[in-house]
Amino acid sequence: MPQLLIELFSEEIPARMQPGAARDFERLFGARLTASGLTSESIKAYVGPRRLALVVEGLPVEQAAVTEEVKGPKDGAPEQAMAGFLRKVGLSQDQLVLENGVWMARIEKPGRRTIDALPDMLREVILAFPWPKSMRSGTSNFRWVRPLKRILFLFDGQIVPFELEGLTAANLTEGHRFLGSGKALTVSDFSSYQKALAENSVILDHAERQAFILKEAKAICEDAGCELIEDQGLLEEVAGLNEFPMPILGDMDPQFLALPPEVIRTSMRTHQKYFAVRNTATGKMAPHFVIVANIRASDGGAEIKRGNAKVLSARLSDGVFFWNEDNKTGNFDLWLQRLKGTTFHVKLGTMAQRVERISALAAHIAGHIGADIETAREAARLAKADLASKMVGEFPELQGVMGGYYADALKLKPEIADAIREHYKPQGPSDSVPTGKVSAAVALADKIDTLVGFFAVGEKPTGSKDPYALRRSALGILRIIREQSMSLPLGELVNAWYSSRGELPVEVQAVETVGTEILAFFAERLKVQLRDEGRRYDVLEATFGSDDVVNTLSRIEAVEAVAATPEGEDLLTLHKRAANILAASKTELPHATPRSYDGIDPLEKTLLEALEKARPMVQSHISEENYAGALKSIAALRQKVDIFLDGVLVNADDEDVKANRLAILRGVCELSAPIADLSKIA
Amino acid sequence: MPETKEPLSFQDLILTLHHYWSEQGCVILQPYDVEVGAGTLHPATVLRALGSKPWKCAYVQPSRRPVDGRYGENPNRLQHYYQYQVILKPNPDNLQDLYLGSLMAIGLDVNLHDIRFVEDDWENPTVGAWGLGWEVWCDGMEVTQYTYFQGVGGIEVDVVSGELTYGLERLCMYLQNVDNVYDLKFNKAGVTYGEVFREQERQFSAFNFEASDVATLKRQFEDMESNVTRILNTPNSLGYPLVLPAYDHVLKASHLFNLMDARGAIAVAERQSYIGRIRDLCKACAQEWARQEEAGVAQRVRGVA
Repeated sequence: MPQLLIELFSEEIPARMQPGAARDFERLFGARLTASGLTSESIKAYVGPRRLALVVEGLPVEQAAVTEEVKGPKDGAPEQAMAGFLRKVGLSQDQLVLENGVWMARIEKPGRRTIDALPDMLREVILAFPWPKSMRSGTSNFRWVRPLKRILFLFDGQIVPFELEGLTAANLTEGHRFLGSGKALTVSDFSSYQKALAENSVILDHAERQAFILKEAKAICEDAGCELIEDQGLLEEVAGLNEFPMPILGDMDPQFLALPPEVIRTSMRTHQKYFAVRNTATGKMAPHFVIVANIRASDGGAEIKRGNAKVLSARLSDGVFFWNEDNKTGNFDLWLQRLKGTTFHVKLGTMAQRVERISALAAHIAGHIGADIETAREAARLAKADLASKMVGEFPELQGVMGGYYADALKLKPEIADAIREHYKPQGPSDSVPTGKVSAAVALADKIDTLVGFFAVGEKPTGSKDPYALRRSALGILRIIREQSMSLPLGELVNAWYSSRGELPVEVQAVETVGTEILAFFAERLKVQLRDEGRRYDVLEATFGSDDVVNTLSRIEAVEAVAATPEGEDLLTLHKRAANILAASKTELPHATPRSYDGIDPLEKTLLEALEKARPMVQSHISEENYAGALKSIAALRQKVDIFLDGVLVNADDEDVKANRLAILRGVCELSAPIADLSKIA
Repeated sequence: MPETKEPLSFQDLILTLHHYWSEQGCVILQPYDVEVGAGTLHPATVLRALGSKPWKCAYVQPSRRPVDGRYGENPNRLQHYYQYQVILKPNPDNLQDLYLGSLMAIGLDVNLHDIRFVEDDWENPTVGAWGLGWEVWCDGMEVTQYTYFQGVGGIEVDVVSGELTYGLERLCMYLQNVDNVYDLKFNKAGVTYGEVFREQERQFSAFNFEASDVATLKRQFEDMESNVTRILNTPNSLGYPLVLPAYDHVLKASHLFNLMDARGAIAVAERQSYIGRIRDLCKACAQEWARQEEAGVAQRVRGVA
């Protein structure tokens, strides 16, 4: 079966865009094949620094004929609309079909040769290609990620006739910029394409380059008695910077090992895209690094090694300078001063104002969870100071980490240093939650200030836009509360923010409005979290409404547990029967509490007494948060409810009697109300 | 060029690049005589990038970064250094090859060194300019900024220019394998970069950080700022606004801002507002230049093919 091979050869594609480009090429081209009725056995894209390629195997030589349906005007639509539609589809009205009151055109598209259909597909894909950023070149208006140099376009061994922006498709590609032959390479199909590239020092497949780099890098480290510190993100990036990767072990001046390992790694990674290396025996950083070069140098890489070591030394010398400067005494006070001049957000004031809010919130939370209030207040006061330090200025991703080091150097309480280090946690679903109570209090305060603050000044996420990552803050808050089992109502946190907010540049929205919005925002996140954990959807629907996450969770657990037992069945049946009658009686619900009276029906009396006996028991279980116990006590009423409903006519003629009986049923239904709305349980 | 040959001196590096780019049809200009923070700000780049007329030039531009002064003590940082700037409009198809050819010409063997094009989308907010391109790495060191201009002065360009900016001192340190900029051989006769420039670095560092007068700088900044608008609006015998003199005043305002910054006289909150003011001035000049280009005025003056 025929094969399609396309290569778009360009100047260097940014590494970060390559994996996405391969996925988009597959998806977009695949969609156009499908839309044209062309089926294939496989479709796969390849990407590297200078090329984006696509191989489709098993395409037919000819397209099957397809019928396209086009929706026209409604029956009885103005004549102009019909005339316009007929012009568009090139048919007359007697060729249209009326379907559900709408005129439809059926256009038969005869099968055509696949090779004739391909050029339009490629043109559409190229012109609509979703590069995150694209550019124009020279005098052309055509946009591509970087200048496009060649198009290789082969179907079934033949060149597909195609022109775009002065480029004519051919059967030619190029090898490695420096190691290749320097001539255009002629290709007849995918296997000859791969072979030509391999002979000209290009590893086509991104995944293969990654695997190769990893294997080689590990091997050269091992030879030196060290171990590569793996880093998947970096590996993907360097695989996008090389066509023929060559890991080389470089030497670092051991004096730099005095720097914190995070600084060394970050400097290596962000500035130089080097892998860090550790000593196999001690597990500590080793005075080496791994460069991934793009050539096999004629001197075996000696110059490359020397040059890179020199650049790294300059970089790390800057690191040493920042480290020494930052460790000077009095810096925390200086930094805190400087935060007064740093804007956090125009509507939320300076970083110093933010720190004051976080500090007050952390103290408030600490009081609730039994952490030392003054330690939490102090930790929060210092938590953001490192943002003004030189090191964090250079490496923003070391925020918190550096503050922790500087606090340690000053011999501050370990809880304070830990809280500074950990208060940004969790930074994503795979990150851990702070374990210490002070850390948890500061981490929570940090996120509450972000979330409530932005809501309060009207900067809420809309649709897919969440510029301040408020969803992540909310998820972080939920995780901290859950993993620390904090009995801390969310509404109270909102109130606490309002009372600690101080002077802000703009008016804030009413606490009630914001409180309601935030609780709904949390409820949504929590439901998603719980559903992902396999919680029953109906139970979630029945139990939501409280702003105390831990309490909601224990009610969910109780309902789920009881629902799975025979008592659960009793509980739900009795609730359903009573609720149905309450719903069916069109009577306004009586407000009177049910009572015994002269001439009361014995069955009514039995149920009434049982209800009155159950109520304090249920309430006492609830106050002890023993929700399963409470539900079981309610379930025990089933038999009496059944007998009552089977033997007594609730809707008695006497209005007072009817009201009393309904009040009893209402009393039964209300027993479970503080735990869950049982009517929502399937 | 085999590397066993003696590496180029600083001045030979410049002469070699001049010769190379001259062969490619570039006008070899001399540095612009107003203080600027980067070679891009030379009107031969910022203004000539606008409009549709082809333009090829190369020049060395002294770049002044007052905050980077280190009193001649730091081996890498200078408040005055040189950029080598090449601008080719429209960017030729083989610009990457031409660029690599220039590296070969100055003695970098591309089969011995690891040359990489690493994404870096350049932006200069003070002149409202942006482009896509790379930092070019040689063995992990950034030696050139390579940019396809997409916009200048807040205006999207008609014709894309390719811009190459070589950091001359850094490149030369690499070629000569020295660790301290002041040890660079300036010429073959043994004069060092330090002999030529160390005293200048000392005095200007002291001036920038200690001796400049903030009140004067601020007054001068405001004078320059108001003058840009005045010049653009003053009728004259040519019959069209004097955009080049106006732009000189923008450059002066920009340098005055950098001097105030070095004195720590710009509060964080003020910084954006100052940058915005300079950008607005630059935009006004760029728009006027583009308008004149389109209207075909001043053909006589700018008729460079």
